[in-house]
Amino acid sequence: MARNDLQGSLDLLVLKSLAQLGELHGYGIVLHIQSASDQLVSVEEGSLYPALHRMEMSGWIRSEWKLTDTGRKAKYYSLTKSGRAELEKAEKSFEQLVKGIRAILRYA
Amino acid sequence: MSIFRRIKNKVTRSQHQQEINAELQSHIEMRIADAVAGGMSHEEARRDALIRFGNQGVVRERVTEADAGMFWDSLVRDLHYAARQLRRTPAFTFTALLTLILAIGANVVTFSVLNALILKPQEDPRSKGLYTIVHQQPHYDNHSYPDYLDFKNKNNTFRDMATYRLQRAGLSVGDSAYSSWYLRASGNYFDMLGVKPALGRVFHATDEHGPNSAPYIVLSDDFWRTRLGENPAIVGTTVRINKHPYTVIGVAAPGFHGTDVFLWLDFWMPIVNSPDDEGSNFLSNRFMHSLFVIGQLAPGVTAKQAELNLNAIAQEMARIDKADEGLSARLVKPGLMGDSLGQPARAFVSAVMLLSLLVLLAACANLASLFAARTSDRSREVAIRLAIGSSRWHVLRQLLSEAVLVSVIGGALGTIFATALLRGLSRWQPFPEFPIRVAVTPDAAVYLAALVLSVGSGLLWGLLPLRQIWKTDFAQVMKTGASGTTVLRRFAIRDLLLGTQIALCTLLVTASFVALRGMQRSLHAPLGFQPEGTFLAVTDLHMGGHNDKSAPAIQKRMIEDALRIPGVAAAGVIDETPMGTGGSSTPVYRPDTTDFRQSNAVLSAKYFSISPGYLEAAGTHLLSGRDFTWHDDAKAPNVAIINATFAHEMFGDKQPLGMTFKGGDGPPYQIVGVVEDGKYESLTEADWPAMFFPLDQAPDSDTTLVVRSQLPAAELMPQLREGLTRIDAELPFVFQSWPDGMALVLFPARVATATLGVMGLFAALLAVTGVFGMAMYSVSKRFKEFGIRVALGAQSLQLMRTALARPVTMLLIGSAVGLILGVVASELLAQIVYQATPRDPLVFAGVAVTMTVLGLLATWLPARRTLRVQPARLLRDE
Repeated sequence: MARNDLQGSLDLLVLKSLAQLGELHGYGIVLHIQSASDQLVSVEEGSLYPALHRMEMSGWIRSEWKLTDTGRKAKYYSLTKSGRAELEKAEKSFEQLVKGIRAILRYA
Repeated sequence: MSIFRRIKNKVTRSQHQQEINAELQSHIEMRIADAVAGGMSHEEARRDALIRFGNQGVVRERVTEADAGMFWDSLVRDLHYAARQLRRTPAFTFTALLTLILAIGANVVTFSVLNALILKPQEDPRSKGLYTIVHQQPHYDNHSYPDYLDFKNKNNTFRDMATYRLQRAGLSVGDSAYSSWYLRASGNYFDMLGVKPALGRVFHATDEHGPNSAPYIVLSDDFWRTRLGENPAIVGTTVRINKHPYTVIGVAAPGFHGTDVFLWLDFWMPIVNSPDDEGSNFLSNRFMHSLFVIGQLAPGVTAKQAELNLNAIAQEMARIDKADEGLSARLVKPGLMGDSLGQPARAFVSAVMLLSLLVLLAACANLASLFAARTSDRSREVAIRLAIGSSRWHVLRQLLSEAVLVSVIGGALGTIFATALLRGLSRWQPFPEFPIRVAVTPDAAVYLAALVLSVGSGLLWGLLPLRQIWKTDFAQVMKTGASGTTVLRRFAIRDLLLGTQIALCTLLVTASFVALRGMQRSLHAPLGFQPEGTFLAVTDLHMGGHNDKSAPAIQKRMIEDALRIPGVAAAGVIDETPMGTGGSSTPVYRPDTTDFRQSNAVLSAKYFSISPGYLEAAGTHLLSGRDFTWHDDAKAPNVAIINATFAHEMFGDKQPLGMTFKGGDGPPYQIVGVVEDGKYESLTEADWPAMFFPLDQAPDSDTTLVVRSQLPAAELMPQLREGLTRIDAELPFVFQSWPDGMALVLFPARVATATLGVMGLFAALLAVTGVFGMAMYSVSKRFKEFGIRVALGAQSLQLMRTALARPVTMLLIGSAVGLILGVVASELLAQIVYQATPRDPLVFAGVAVTMTVLGLLATWLPARRTLRVQPARLLRDE
């Protein structure tokens, strides 16, 4: 059985966002998840940043200070190779989780 | 993420904090900017952003934790936890520490010696490209002076080549007299080695202008410090060497004591000079092979190329002079006085290093099984920790930190213990007569090796049992307790560990038995003389200013004086005793030979000069013929006494008495006696031809007075000394019993035996703790089961069989494997320890008895515990 906890889902969302848009700062990730989910999912900053730093330490993502379009300094994150592999794993395990939950909901 | 990044995070904490702040701040500002763009007032937007973000302090804290906490903080936490666990099980900790101190200590000692002997000399920039040039024949290290000059002048592969010979002389500085060892070295010796003077100057090639042209000496720093009180005024003064005047021109650089590792000399003298009348004959004689030759390769030249170059020169030299027939060259590492000492010494130290690593391996196997037992006792704790969210990796890491922590502490203590031992070793001068010192000081390489061994062994014995953490289903453990179904499989790993450990231990025990037995046998091997009950007074008459010609008269007086002492049974003189420093060889020819080239020789025989009565004093049996008399003098026809091997090799079954042979140009020798074979240089040598000449016909200033007496040494020595002082008060003598005089020759075998004995003892201890630990554990695990079985009527014998079957089986299998390995390994030992053969029923019996006794010892307590099972109490306890 794969690991299916809340933290795992947040990791998945962040990794997927970076995979879709290439390079994002923390605020950008929050906005993207909000808009891509039609405002259904919102990410708490209090969990996002520790997660970003943890993933960086694990070598899944890398960071770089850059200027935004409006000339503001921000730390941009992007996927590494092992991050891509991790994303694949996380996606699979999430699908299993969804299947599992659906099975439970259908149980009557 | 690289480890460096983590460390950097930790180190530059404040800067790191600022970076986190900046990141969070930029997030908030971007949200404010977006809100303002959406029409909100700045104040409103700011409040909204801060509320959305939540507690900034907490977020910052958690981010910091994510960055740094993963490495150092958790490491410190693991170590704390490990220390707490170890304190909770003092018995385990104590056993582990003791085992590690012994095993790692032994390795540090061995490695230090290996380091001093082999590794460090190679690191010395002075020794870069430095080689000793020996002959291709094994045990043939020395060259003649003319050969050295030819090699030096004709080669095109060496930057420079120097030569030296070790000599001994009486040195008088002011009123003090010393019996000194020194080197007579070629003029370029110091310059080639790049040795600078600490005081005054050293001698150079330009100082040499033919025999006795350079009466200078350079003192060693060590001699100058310890004997002359660092007196700087010594430079420029005149000292007397064997009563001849010499000028001290300088003191060599501190720490320099020649190119030989364990040899500590008092001074150096140019080779063209000699403090003896006959001492420079070798300079023009191609037959006298008495010099060590060292050379430094030219840049870019390999040892192989140089060797080819020298051998080509040797062939050319042989064509020019028949004395060089069969001359060859081989390059060996310098540092151990040529190859005949160096090669076996290096081989032996490497072998001992291997053995100590085996001891460490056995110790690791021992600790691994103890640790596995301990871990399985803690499986419920581990299961709980896994259940509340610890990762397997985390649990594993913590257990590993325990193992590494114990190993590092044990390694540190072991190193301290080893360093103390080495300090003692460095002060030890094994032979007062010889300038040998085993100066081994641990350096960075040693400490690094100790650290690597400690951490490595910790990881090894920590990791071996950790498979069980990985494999065990902890949900199962939670339900059933520690003794679940997995117990049996876990035992299998431990069985293997125990078997391996016992096999290694038996190997070591076998090796030490083989060595001990070989030593014991070699001490009782026929030597061709009986050293027990004889005393030696050794001197060189050159030191008294006498020459070879006048020697026999003085030697005769010494014998007569000794015989006058009441209680002296026999006395005689030999130039140098067999199994001491003596035993040079020379070719022997048929009496009709006229062309004395080496290939025409019948055999090569060791030769000695002896007085009448020596054979009786030494206890050498005369097989036929007669001993020399004082009438066999310079005017009488040449006579010789030969040994049985000589007789057999030269004359076959024919009667040798009355036959003649030649030793070169000159009148032949007539054989007047045959003596038993003996050992002349080492215990391990094969039977050699040997011959003895009367003192008067082969005079030699080297003098060893051999006195056989029942008197105790304390009574005999003063009388002997008094008599000898009357002959020449200034002649320095070394007095010792003959068995002590053989110390140098027996030294390698003694060291080997002592080392292997200690290793064997370690191994035996490890075997006992291993079997004991295993048996004890297996009994304690099944105590409850035994209680039930006793209650059901089981006999104690049956219980014991169940409890001890596994350890005993492992003991048997391990011992058998170890014994076979030991037999194979002992073939190697036979090269160092004379008569060390594993095919000795006593060795087999010894090992079998030892392992059985060890097994009984180790299973005795566990067995007693089994027998004392009281079912009622046990069942009540649960």
